[in-house]
Amino acid sequence: MQKDIVLGGVGGQGILTIAATIGTAAVNSGLFLKQSEVHGMSQRGGDVMSNLRLSSDEIFSDLIPEGKADIVIGVEPMEALRHVKMLSKEGWLITNEVPFKNIPNYPEIEGVIDELKRFPRHVILNADQIAKDLGSLKAANMVILGAAIPFIGLELSDFEGALKMIFGRKGDDIVNLNINALKAGMKEAEKFL
Amino acid sequence: MQKIVLLGDEAIAQGAVDAGLSAVYAYPGTPSTEITEYILRSKEAKNGGIVASWTTNEKTSMEMAIGTSYVGKRALVTMKHVGLNVAADAFMNAAITGVNGGIVVVSADDPSMHSSQNEQDSRYYGKFAQIPVLEPVNQQDAYDMMGYAFEMSERLNVPVLIRITTRLAHSRAGVTLGEKVPQNELKLPKNKRQFVLLPGIARTQYKALLANQPLFEKESEEKGYNALLTGKDKSLGIITTGIAYNYLMENFGEGIDFPVLKIAQYPMPINMLKNFYDSVDEILVLEDGYPLVEEQLKGFLNLGKPVHGRLDGALPRDGELNPNLVAKALGHEIAEQYDTPEVVTARPPALCAGCPHTDSYTALNVVMEYFGEGRVFSDIGCYTLAALEPLESINSCVDMGASITMAKGAAEAGLVPSVAVIGDSTFTHSGLTGLLDCVNAKAPVTILILDNGTTGMTGGQTSQATGKIEDICMGLGVAKEHVRVINPIKKNHDENIKIMKEEMDYNGVSVVIPRRECIITLGARIRANKKK
Repeated sequence: MQKDIVLGGVGGQGILTIAATIGTAAVNSGLFLKQSEVHGMSQRGGDVMSNLRLSSDEIFSDLIPEGKADIVIGVEPMEALRHVKMLSKEGWLITNEVPFKNIPNYPEIEGVIDELKRFPRHVILNADQIAKDLGSLKAANMVILGAAIPFIGLELSDFEGALKMIFGRKGDDIVNLNINALKAGMKEAEKFL
Repeated sequence: MQKIVLLGDEAIAQGAVDAGLSAVYAYPGTPSTEITEYILRSKEAKNGGIVASWTTNEKTSMEMAIGTSYVGKRALVTMKHVGLNVAADAFMNAAITGVNGGIVVVSADDPSMHSSQNEQDSRYYGKFAQIPVLEPVNQQDAYDMMGYAFEMSERLNVPVLIRITTRLAHSRAGVTLGEKVPQNELKLPKNKRQFVLLPGIARTQYKALLANQPLFEKESEEKGYNALLTGKDKSLGIITTGIAYNYLMENFGEGIDFPVLKIAQYPMPINMLKNFYDSVDEILVLEDGYPLVEEQLKGFLNLGKPVHGRLDGALPRDGELNPNLVAKALGHEIAEQYDTPEVVTARPPALCAGCPHTDSYTALNVVMEYFGEGRVFSDIGCYTLAALEPLESINSCVDMGASITMAKGAAEAGLVPSVAVIGDSTFTHSGLTGLLDCVNAKAPVTILILDNGTTGMTGGQTSQATGKIEDICMGLGVAKEHVRVINPIKKNHDENIKIMKEEMDYNGVSVVIPRRECIITLGARIRANKKK
């Protein structure tokens, strides 16, 4: 088993929490893990990226070779596009469709979505709306993670366990909100399979 | 044996704690900051009474560590690569004093300059000081090497340098923890003159350092961090240093047929190198940094076997390595990649919404427009982002503290007005001395000290003179009426412009201190108070 996952978004959108959830799920399943990230710029509204590698064998490089990522997960649509050069030709592109416009020259969103739809294997969803319907916009990142679960190769129960470990001290309500967010994302992804 | 997921930085921190650390001193600097942050957060470190603190700069950190060592206990100093420039005087001379308790210096390099002004390679400092250097290949190495580094430091009477790069510092992997070692007891140096570097004493100690070089090399040959991996295809041999090994192995999923000399400890193991060199026809050198090994192997005249790497174009001369660059150097095919669609626009880092620096610079821009011909010399911190659009307020950023001193040099060469912009933490790091120079020369400069009460860019660590900035300026001799504190908020815009203009009109040293708490640390403080 080997999965190379690129996570992209804007600083503050919860990418590292997604990475921690996948990482915890992987380590609990006995897999090897390497997860590299960019620090510092994240709070300054810049783009952030994390390379997440899971494997049943020893992993060497912390960086995923360009063109070999199995999955690119975008918490923001233009950020998802920024990282397509990492995506393998058989890979899946999973992204939120809601733009984060903190630059004056953000492109027309229709153009961004059109580009995303050109990829043969994609999942595009309005994670913000789904999260709001569940009770909190903050869970949008977990909705997107849910949409990626069918492609990662771990069980939903592995992720549920990870969420309990990560969010446990915030109480059952928060844990359940996040688990529901995962499930809602998974359901959305089914439309694209 | 407990296994936990740790960043490379965290593995170093836990490794030090488990190796009987008594003190860590540091100044924040990407990608090293998380090492000291981890120890500051660690309950285990607190319970063990480990002294852990941020200091004014890397030189004071290094000197405090020498003090810890003097008393027989183990000390760790951490910094980013350019921080070692600041610590260099103490660092170089610690090789001559030797140690009492072990000293480990961790310098975190930044190839590709993700968050730095250059990509200098700290291994040269180890070579320069003639001390052992360890360069971990992965997170497990980073953890394991700490105990070894402290033990070797004490056994061979020398500080030890550990060199890492961003991709190890900021990458997580599973690490198996080892045995915990207790801290050393207090014990003064047997030789009362060991740390007195008068020339006569230093000469003797330097000869001892030189005499120890073969022992350092023996460690490199025998310890096991360096390895000569045999391979049946002798047409090419590959030397890797540090994490470059990972990028090589990433390209050989089924195993590698070429012989590999895997280096993670210096000085170079010459016997291993000779065996390797004799067995192959050509050599490729992979280093995540300068071509230090590559250049030495070629020598000045490149008379031996062909050596490939950064110097002959097999790899780019600058920037970090990655698996595809190594693949290309090996002549392998790389995976086809999608092009980045044109619609993708740069999203550069910018000052946060509500940042006090925006207000300070907005006022400053109006003032500089009014004067017309001046320049703003700035420094290193969040406030450096004002070089970019939309503010475009500053004209220089060179090294820690250079704002004040460049402004003085420019003023004395005739520039009017000559303005410096520096943050509060940068000011205590290396601005105090420059300010004293300005006062002594009565230099016609205006210095803005942007006081947001924190070391912001690196994540909000404590700033060393919060609450004392005006007193320091006046203590150094700036006239009281020319130390002006302002509040950088919108409604004070006109008033702040007026004050800045007044001070720039003044033909002497003036200091303007825009003071408002960093919006990020303010938010964190409010959230923390709510929890209570």
